[in-house]
Amino acid sequence: MRDVAVIGVGMQKWGELWEKSLRDIFTESALLAIDDAGVDHIESMYVGCMTSGLFAGQEHLGSLLADYLGVAPIPSLRVETACASGGAAFRQAFFDVACGEHDIVLAGGVEKMTDVDGGGATYALSTAADAEYEVYHGVTFPGLYAMMAVAHMHKYGTTRDQLAHVSVKNHHNGSKNPLAQYPFEVSLDQVKNSVAVADPLNILDCSPITDGAAAAILCPLEMAGKLSDKPPIKILSSAHATDSIALDSREDIAWLSAVEKAGEIAYTGAGLTPSDIDFVEVHDCFTIAEICVIEALGFFDRGKGGTGAESGETAMGGRIPVNPSGGLKSKGHPVGATGLAQIAEVTKQLRGGFGERQVEGATIGMAQNMGGTGGSCVVHILGSV
Amino acid sequence: MSTSARYWREIPQRYRLEAAKCTSCGKQFFPPRLVCNGCGGREFEATKLSDKGKLATYTVIRIAPSDLTQQAPYAIGIAEFDGGLRVTAQVADVDFDELKVGMPVRIEFRRIREEGEAGILCYGYKFVPVR
Ligand SMILES: [Zn+2]
Repeated sequence: MRDVAVIGVGMQKWGELWEKSLRDIFTESALLAIDDAGVDHIESMYVGCMTSGLFAGQEHLGSLLADYLGVAPIPSLRVETACASGGAAFRQAFFDVACGEHDIVLAGGVEKMTDVDGGGATYALSTAADAEYEVYHGVTFPGLYAMMAVAHMHKYGTTRDQLAHVSVKNHHNGSKNPLAQYPFEVSLDQVKNSVAVADPLNILDCSPITDGAAAAILCPLEMAGKLSDKPPIKILSSAHATDSIALDSREDIAWLSAVEKAGEIAYTGAGLTPSDIDFVEVHDCFTIAEICVIEALGFFDRGKGGTGAESGETAMGGRIPVNPSGGLKSKGHPVGATGLAQIAEVTKQLRGGFGERQVEGATIGMAQNMGGTGGSCVVHILGSV
Repeated sequence: MSTSARYWREIPQRYRLEAAKCTSCGKQFFPPRLVCNGCGGREFEATKLSDKGKLATYTVIRIAPSDLTQQAPYAIGIAEFDGGLRVTAQVADVDFDELKVGMPVRIEFRRIREEGEAGILCYGYKFVPVR
């Protein structure tokens, strides 16, 4: 296996992009990544997308997007594992380069979510849960995470305020991210008094509906200097784990074992421990998700994740900054693109000179991308060289 | 729209609460499976979900999927039954203030939803508090 580097990343301003189609959103971000790397061609590509069939009536994305990017007939494959599709596409690109099949590979992620109405979007997203034994009974995604929150609160005494602090912290970080969908601050009271979605989660505990894409260019580390002017960022490890997609089938409703497993594999692969990680981008699709993820990744003891945002330990300048980008909450969550946006953030942080959002002295960063209620999880550790 | 096969195929579980128990390690499954994820066993004995359970967690859905908007808000939970089996369903006939972890519930057969524009009624189980 060859060492692999990220030499280019791209992402446009996310939001409700009414005037732009799925193919244009993807192509924009792919061109940004290609130009960022400064390469004149790509040899293979992977597209992370959760459900373009339900959101846009369009499948067969690999070929469609290769054509619109003007790179057909190169191999191009769509990768799907619900909201972790972007991270999984990046992982496939990593293998493609590592095994020596191709030298310059693009990993992209995209979701066009606003071509359907709210009910249509809720339905499309619900397909990441168990259709016959969860969705049939009327549970929604916020509902499933709300049940994780109630279990966590009951078992560990996690509080409503602690949930809200996650949203406040991520919006604070996102207020410094010009590409974020909602780049503004929210207060603790605003979160707690926002519209109830599924008790105890309110609308400001939930990531939004977003159109967007993000992309990265990968190449062998030893060729990075020749192919690109950008400082190469090395992929130190790549991990993927699965769990039941039905929440009720888990041993512990308040624990994300696929995240724990993917984290363990990633730490072992990189020869690192949680204390070596300078910052992490996590999958905060709901405030409770960030709390459970930072426990499963070993940054906090089991049951103690609620203290992270409240105590300031996960804030910029804290012990382990979590979601410097603003996370899914503020930046937006075009599901298939999220994993690649995390890679873009980690890469830019590790290059340094990232302005107001820079994690001081960061040399090792982690990206954790999750599907459904944790039925799949992809973790990458990246490092400057 | 889905064909009716998708609905009637699940009737043994939804109407009769049929579950399965691995004959090698004893692990129970609802719905039944072909392979035990505990031991890899492929032989099961048919069992039935016990009708006595306790809520392991719950929520109140305030913003519902489009086909259930008229029912909202409604309570939903995961209940744990004898033998450790856990099941997701709505909690019917409950004041939201009453909901708590550990609350005893039993399973009742109820109408769940109207499927699609044709208005086919879909039935299944719901939890009801044991008072
Ligand atoms: Zn078994």
